[in-house]
Amino acid sequence: MSKKQLALAIDLNVCVGCSACVTSCKQWNTSGSAGAMADQNPYDADPSGTFFNRVQTFEVGSFPNTEVVHFPKSCMHCENPPCVPVCPTGASYKRAEDGIVLVDYDKCIGCNYCSWACPWGARELDEFKKVMTKCTLCVDRIYDESLDERDRKPACVLSCPTGARIFGDIKDPASDIAQAIDSRNGYQLMPEWETNPANHYLPRDNKNFDQHANADKSKDEEQK
Amino acid sequence: MAATSSTSSSNDKIEVKTTTCYMCACRCGIRVHLKNDQIRFIQGNPDHPLNQGILCAKGSAGIMKQYSPARLSQPMLRKAGATRGEGDFEAISWEQAFQILTERLANIRATDPKKLALFTGRDQMQALTGLFAQQFGTPNYAAHGGFCSVNMAAGMIYSLGGSFWEFGGPDLERAKLFVMIGTAEDHHSNPLKKELSKFKRNGGKFISINPIRTGYSAIADEWLAIKPASDAALLLALIHQLIKIEGFDLQSVVQYSNAAQLVYLDREDELDGLFVRSNLESSANAKLQWWDSQNNCVVDAHTQAVTPALFGEYKLADGSRVKPAFQLLSERVSECTPEWAELQTGIEALQIVQLAAEMAEVVKSGQIELPIAWTDVWGNQHKSVKGAPIAFHSMRGLAAHSNGFQTIRALSILMILLGTIDSPGGFRHKAPYPKNIKHLPKPPKTTADFQPNTPLKGSPLGWPCTPEDLFVTDDGAPVRIDKAFSWEYPLAVHGLMHNVITNAWRGDPYPIDTLFIFMSNLAWNSSMNPQKVREMLQDQDAAGEYKIPFIVVCDAFSSETVQFADLVLPDTTYLERHDVMSMLDRPISEYDGPVDSVRVPILPVKDGCKPFQDVVVELASRLKLPKFTNDDGTRKFKNYPDFVINYETAPDSGVGFLSGWRGKDGTKSLKGEPNPKQWEMYAANNCFHHHVMPKEHQYMRNFNRGYQEWAVEMGFLTQVEPLTLAIYCEDLQHFKLAAEGKREGRQPPDALRERIKTYFDPLPFYYRPLEENLSDLNKFPLNAVTQRPMAMYHSWDSQNAWLRQIHAHNYLYINAQTAEAAGIADEDWIWVESMHGKIRCMCKLSEAVEPGTVWSWNAIGKASGAWGLSNDSNESQKGFLLNHLIAEELPAHGEFKHLSNSDPVTGQAGWYDVRVRIYKAEASEEQQTLPQFSPAKPYPGMKKSRPKWLTYFAGKGAK
Repeated sequence: MSKKQLALAIDLNVCVGCSACVTSCKQWNTSGSAGAMADQNPYDADPSGTFFNRVQTFEVGSFPNTEVVHFPKSCMHCENPPCVPVCPTGASYKRAEDGIVLVDYDKCIGCNYCSWACPWGARELDEFKKVMTKCTLCVDRIYDESLDERDRKPACVLSCPTGARIFGDIKDPASDIAQAIDSRNGYQLMPEWETNPANHYLPRDNKNFDQHANADKSKDEEQK
Repeated sequence: MAATSSTSSSNDKIEVKTTTCYMCACRCGIRVHLKNDQIRFIQGNPDHPLNQGILCAKGSAGIMKQYSPARLSQPMLRKAGATRGEGDFEAISWEQAFQILTERLANIRATDPKKLALFTGRDQMQALTGLFAQQFGTPNYAAHGGFCSVNMAAGMIYSLGGSFWEFGGPDLERAKLFVMIGTAEDHHSNPLKKELSKFKRNGGKFISINPIRTGYSAIADEWLAIKPASDAALLLALIHQLIKIEGFDLQSVVQYSNAAQLVYLDREDELDGLFVRSNLESSANAKLQWWDSQNNCVVDAHTQAVTPALFGEYKLADGSRVKPAFQLLSERVSECTPEWAELQTGIEALQIVQLAAEMAEVVKSGQIELPIAWTDVWGNQHKSVKGAPIAFHSMRGLAAHSNGFQTIRALSILMILLGTIDSPGGFRHKAPYPKNIKHLPKPPKTTADFQPNTPLKGSPLGWPCTPEDLFVTDDGAPVRIDKAFSWEYPLAVHGLMHNVITNAWRGDPYPIDTLFIFMSNLAWNSSMNPQKVREMLQDQDAAGEYKIPFIVVCDAFSSETVQFADLVLPDTTYLERHDVMSMLDRPISEYDGPVDSVRVPILPVKDGCKPFQDVVVELASRLKLPKFTNDDGTRKFKNYPDFVINYETAPDSGVGFLSGWRGKDGTKSLKGEPNPKQWEMYAANNCFHHHVMPKEHQYMRNFNRGYQEWAVEMGFLTQVEPLTLAIYCEDLQHFKLAAEGKREGRQPPDALRERIKTYFDPLPFYYRPLEENLSDLNKFPLNAVTQRPMAMYHSWDSQNAWLRQIHAHNYLYINAQTAEAAGIADEDWIWVESMHGKIRCMCKLSEAVEPGTVWSWNAIGKASGAWGLSNDSNESQKGFLLNHLIAEELPAHGEFKHLSNSDPVTGQAGWYDVRVRIYKAEASEEQQTLPQFSPAKPYPGMKKSRPKWLTYFAGKGAK
């Protein structure tokens, strides 16, 4: 198990399903170390392209007690990734230093074993390059010292209008992500599959209204 | 290779430039990263006040807009003898285009300037286009507000002096309860997303009132599924409850609204229903009156230490019967019980009672008080600002109904009763608002106000306060082509773009010569009834002349409307030009002070294209319009950037299009001489200018002396005065009095008297939409509405290669039980039919829509072959528009043959009023949406083939 495990925590309590993470990911990565990300039939019928991150939307419950959930999904960077051992060429690998799961295109033969093994459907074969692609947690941004420190984050995290995507090291108890997971009862998908996904989700939280809770705090803020 | 950490070699040319996004109307600051002169990455600018680093799906897909194959690349003229609408064009030079236009427009201007109709769409340059129209001398100008959200602007500005979006909004930083009513995601979208998230994380409660749970409603703590167009019933019931349980902010209501002002009752003269004033002989000294409940006598409003009556009926010394406005309001809502509202809205009475109680509780015990001292316009000093932290947001969901104006009046009154106007946690103004509508520009008044070769007298658009401010002939007939400011739509403050083509085609009130359209898709999703509109654009008279003789379209892309142009002017993208988000127009101000911003070119202009702003300045110069011409007849401005620097609203006013870095050396803010380096200074400062006001000027601006004195100096206000909040809207009463024949002066045509009497009610009331009253509700039992998805709303780019993979076609969403009752299953092909037409489309079953409503995403459907897409694109074969079911005019009824399907007060298009029925398509039918349209011919410069693969990689190879 990695000492360091980078990951995303996605806050379903504030995600409005705007898809900013979908296209900001695409625009960064298509010209980045994992690009180009091909689009087939871009201006014809049935356009279809490679995306590392997609938002699924579904309804829960029956009218009028309906919840609408927007559910962004990308590689979970599992601590026990089933996509890695099935790879016949060693192209699919998990980095020891930070736990990011990556694909080495030079070794990938596009056999699809890894995508069949992935329980999340988070791997997409690039139909143009015929190599397996997936979220890299913007590995070509997060360590780039030519960028401002605030910018050394995945593109989806930077763009997310509601700040629903929290990035960091889940093994560092002091990190924002670890604290958010702890305080907000962050959960992993399908723990019974024992892949130990590094990405977490923060659940919906429809609390009862307490109009007095922050009254004094806001007064203090203004006095500062 | 995923494992490497750098994607650039040292030979690559890397640049980062800031500008302002225009993938929608939100106007976020962006940093554009270029690699070898190609766009590498568009990032939200963290130093920009509006978006603070975030960016949406559209903004992040700007690359695909820039490199879209749908770009137009040269001016085009319809070929001689070609049929309009078939898109049969020849390329011409810009010089030819300017010659054609100048000759035609100069002739119109010299003979009958109203024969030019200039209508613009989602542009943000109305300060320029409006000035052009005014200087040209045509009254026929407007932008798209009339079919967007003018009810919101008018309903709130006539009530509060400000409205949502650019000019005000919810203070979510401090609010504890946030109520969003109807679809409102597409205005101020990114800031609202950001604030909403913080609000929820701070423990605030978010209530969504909407027939549909999509968009931001998905994360609401409570969803109240309301029947479309019944919002006024809910709002009036909330007002009823708040009065009943005394849950409103009494002190604020007395001090800041006109609730305690006395109103004359049941008179037969021109004073009926107006406020009582002392010294009627001298309007300058006239004082509004209260009833002193201790001493039982009439006193001047705002007399110190007087407690005015809010309830009761009183008699003045001259025998006049009077009541405080609040009494009239309480009578108006006396029958609007929660039980009554339940029948109208479908929301349980108990929920309405609880919501009112929740609001009342915040008013009583949850007030926020900030230690910010301020002085009011009456000279009273206050140690703090305070208010109930209850905020609202609403836009088109309320506005796009023909009862929207009065619904929004009801919302405004609810906000006033809660004491939330420009107070912490409530509704906050943004500069240059609040405004006093009495001092806002007025439209021209008569046909004498426009003359050949002369600028228009008055402003093309304005804010009428009495019938004397209307724009009508001596007979009371409309003067404008869209009939705005006529007795049909007296407060049409944004015009009625949705009726321009129909009226011009019919020659009602007169035929025009040239229809000039910028950035509006009037032959498609921007028109009600696009199928008929397309026919009208092609229709010819007996002599074989087109009924609308000449159509000019300026757009960057091959939209459906371009196809119908006689002359096409190819515009630039937002990354290729100068733009201003001006204080004279619709700036991006924050609650804490005025902000304006610019776009600067990041990339060179695509060959053959020209920024529309430069086209306007060029035309204005060639036509020698006075404000664009020196005394010696030479042109005043080289181009648009030069115009922006040097234009002043009046000689030496020091006020121009941009407020930042004014003065010769750029050291002055808001006001100062032109600065030749102004663009460079904006570009060096993240492309915006933010003037932060002192804290004591940031609240209670309707009454804040310090703020108002400063605002007068800056030209935002005319004078220091209370901008009293209108529980009772006296402006409307002037129109009503005229309709009742009680008032001297301009009279409505007899046929319209009843309409004016009914809808110009100074107090809000609930009525079902106009078209519904003319519909067979048994035959058409369902409401049909649209929303726009977040990845596309307020955008202009659904041909975008990445965004179209998120929404390539749309479905009609139907409540599962409603569908089951109609024998319809998920993803069935169905027919949707209104009294105006029918469409065939695919449906999806949903639990997130109330049973009486069906809905779809708007403007996903495209005409075959438009927007650079293949003729068999999903957008055209599976996508559809609900517009085909909607009419721009009400069915003929009584004396009315051609009334607009619009709000009778403001002329706002009633997009969301249509009634429909649904039924399953036959199994034998083709699986393709209907109606379908023939694709246009390929235009000059059009890409011959579309790529099978797109593998965008910025800066590859190019050095």
